[in-house]
Amino acid sequence: MNAVRSLAAPFLPFSAAVLAAALLFALFLAAQGFPALEALELVVEGAYGSSFAWQNTLSRAAPLMLTALCVALPARAGLVIIGGEGALAVGALAAAVVPAACAGWPALPVHLLMAAAGFIAGGAWIALSAWLRHARGINETISSLLLAYIGIALFNFLVEGVLRDPASLNKPSTTPLAESFLIGAMPGMEVHWGLFWGVLICLVMGFVVRQTVFGFAVGVVGGNPRAAMMAGLPVGGLILAACFLGGGAAGLAGMLEVAAVHGSANAALLAGYGYAGILVSFAARHNPLGIIACAILVGGIGASGSLLQRRIDLPDAATLVLQGGLFVALLAFETLNRKGVRRV
Amino acid sequence: MDPLTHSLTAADLQHRGAAVEAFRVTKRFGAFTALDAVSMKVEAGSFHCLLGENGAGKSTLVKCLVGYHPPEEGGFMVDGREHDIRSPRDAQRLRIGMVYQHFTLAPGMTVAENLLLARGDLPLRIDWRHEKAALAAFLDSTPFRLDLNALVADLAAGEKQKLEILKQLYLGQRLLILDEPTSVLTPGEADEVLGLLHGMTRDGRLTVLMISHKFREVSAYGDGVTILRRGKLAGSGRVGELSTAEMAEMMVGSSVAVSSGRRRCAADQTQAIGEIRLDVEGLHADNDRGTPSVRGLDLSVRAGEIVGVAGVAGNGQKELVEVLLGQRQASAGQVRVAGEDYQASRAQMRRHGVFSLPEEPLRNACVPAMSVAENMGLRDFDIAPYAGGWLSLGFLRRRALSRRAKALIEAFGVRPDDPATAIENLSGGNVQRAVLARELSGPVKLLVVANPVFGLDFAATEAIHRRLDQARNEGAAILLVSEDLDELLELSDRIVVMSEGVIAYEALAGQADVAAIGRYMAGHGH
Ligand SMILES: Nc1ncnc2c1ncn2[C@@H]1O[C@H](COP(=O)(O)OP(=O)(O)OP(=O)(O)O)[C@@H](O)[C@H]1O
Ligand SMILES: [Mg+2]
Repeated sequence: MNAVRSLAAPFLPFSAAVLAAALLFALFLAAQGFPALEALELVVEGAYGSSFAWQNTLSRAAPLMLTALCVALPARAGLVIIGGEGALAVGALAAAVVPAACAGWPALPVHLLMAAAGFIAGGAWIALSAWLRHARGINETISSLLLAYIGIALFNFLVEGVLRDPASLNKPSTTPLAESFLIGAMPGMEVHWGLFWGVLICLVMGFVVRQTVFGFAVGVVGGNPRAAMMAGLPVGGLILAACFLGGGAAGLAGMLEVAAVHGSANAALLAGYGYAGILVSFAARHNPLGIIACAILVGGIGASGSLLQRRIDLPDAATLVLQGGLFVALLAFETLNRKGVRRV
Repeated sequence: MDPLTHSLTAADLQHRGAAVEAFRVTKRFGAFTALDAVSMKVEAGSFHCLLGENGAGKSTLVKCLVGYHPPEEGGFMVDGREHDIRSPRDAQRLRIGMVYQHFTLAPGMTVAENLLLARGDLPLRIDWRHEKAALAAFLDSTPFRLDLNALVADLAAGEKQKLEILKQLYLGQRLLILDEPTSVLTPGEADEVLGLLHGMTRDGRLTVLMISHKFREVSAYGDGVTILRRGKLAGSGRVGELSTAEMAEMMVGSSVAVSSGRRRCAADQTQAIGEIRLDVEGLHADNDRGTPSVRGLDLSVRAGEIVGVAGVAGNGQKELVEVLLGQRQASAGQVRVAGEDYQASRAQMRRHGVFSLPEEPLRNACVPAMSVAENMGLRDFDIAPYAGGWLSLGFLRRRALSRRAKALIEAFGVRPDDPATAIENLSGGNVQRAVLARELSGPVKLLVVANPVFGLDFAATEAIHRRLDQARNEGAAILLVSEDLDELLELSDRIVVMSEGVIAYEALAGQADVAAIGRYMAGHGH
């Protein structure tokens, strides 16, 4: 009985937050004269009500898992990084330029190169924030957000400039990938392989964080940097490494969006996965395994948007309201759950 | 209602200290019973002391009383009426207030601002002239003297403690609870603060309930005393009628010798003192606010000796220790360990057997949210047998960490004895023991220690002193920084006095002139 309770305990604030967010959303809709109950049903139906809905949800969950890691891994080291969108943008950009140099190659090495390029670009982007924090004392939350704006601007500048495919007329894009370089769907479903990689990387990171010496050292740095210094741990290096891995994951999400969804880098790719990843990671309390489930939840909210629009004429932004409400509710319940004063 | 009018009438005769009784209070944390039907009686206008070993439940009992965590069973009577205290707000309504062991002040603000802040019901616009006048009048009604315009960051520890107490008086408290109030104070400061509070209880204006480990303070200021032992009431009585030995016996449950005085003198220092292990040369370091704190310090410690660093807090000892621990960058100078330039890296610590017992271990040497087992592994989680596996990844062997932690918990008497408890849930003294266990379990060659017995009961103090002595006899070089001169005189082979960031005086312990040490500590050595 006690074991059940202690297992359920971490989920209590989470469930309460989901309920509160649903309630807020319903009130918000009702106040404007939309059918609130029907809308909530539609969210569930649009997210998980059919195999088509599931495919939509899972395709969105895939990049969310990776961008959430961009919050979760730095958080283990005590840093609050919210610039995953920037890492995703530069990762996509780096990945998109690789195939041009590889015409005629088999797909596998090209994919590996693209992944490496995306990972390194995204990783370096977030590691820059970590370095600014460690060496210069600049707040990493703000610097990562500002770097995200720069990353997005860089993305747009290059996609509309030197990297632009002259054939892309009203939707500026990089040169489309050759058919053979596209990442396809997993067998038996219409969800691309990005889902597999997202889940796999979350599982691996869950293991790294909990079961390896590196993960433990990062946890010490995040839990109390003074104690880490006293133990002689390389605090700066560990912070940098955690942020590099996190940013790399977000960069990889950008690469997958290019190779599996859009076929090229263009503005449609910056759909806010980097920002929604913040919500996913907080909902999962920065636990890589929890991220898998939370990504499916948040992916579902996004997936239900079109159904809401079609059936009851809700604007597209409605799902963002629900996401935002969920985020605020989560933070509120999280603090309620915590004691305010440290024991003496 | 304006609390100010309350505090202004604090001087009124009708404002008396509260009488408080705890009645069969029981408090559990999960399966662990921290308090088991404990009763206590505190008379109105008395100075009551709460004694007990580390982990006896003292903090838990007073936290129940201030509504921080309500008890499962039992209750409290205030002035003869039963009251349900479920939250700190309930306690405030009954005018019961608590001063925590660690400061809760806003360092960047002035004394006046901190006092107003405590009130919590400030108007949109603060009429400073009026408030300052009211605050000055309030200050006059108390025996405490503080400059209202002083910045808290510039106050000494004793003054901060006074401000914490003033904050509570300002809220009109009739019962003031102090959790080990003097552990951060020098004996002089402690006497001043306690003396003033004692005076207020003599006027009957205030009741004081103080947790302490120091028999000296209990005998000097206490009226009544309640003694806890492992969560149960072990005894109570009037201070004059109980001897120190009797109180000590109730605390530990068997008769013990309360040792005092100097254990060693120069005579037993005949054993060989070895090579220089720690050598500090021309060290400079800034404090948190960027002002120079250590200013060209030279110091060396040899194998097999304890060098005691005496000094009034705030003369650079903290910064010195932080540099040696790797928590602070030196701005100039050199630190050499066993002849090698020392960067406080993990490899160097391991190579040269450098360990440390910093003050405030929860802040400086632990990861609060991690378990006792994990915290005990901070030094060696990355080497066999706690790590292993292929590649250089290194997998953590949590089972081995936990097994070792169990052995250390057993050997050092840490309570509770479950290695999976988060270390932040341990009582202050038990955190200290857990860190000590970790730092003394390896092959110690150089040990940096700062105020190792703050907040420890006398048995634990004895145990730690014995361990330090033992480590030294086995050939470790020990640098012991302490604000307690008696402790230094008792343990050290050599004593140095640190004043304004440099060593101002040095003597072999056997030949040390206590009066001279005092003079140099006060900065009037020359
Ligand atoms: N929140 C908590 N969760 C679990 N155990 C707790 C908690 N608070 C206190 N305890 C346990 O209750 C016991 C009593 O703790 P308490 O802090 O009251 O001791 P204490 O008498 O104040 O000791 P010290 O002199 O070391 O401060 C300890 O064994 C402690 O580990
Ligand atoms: Mg305590």
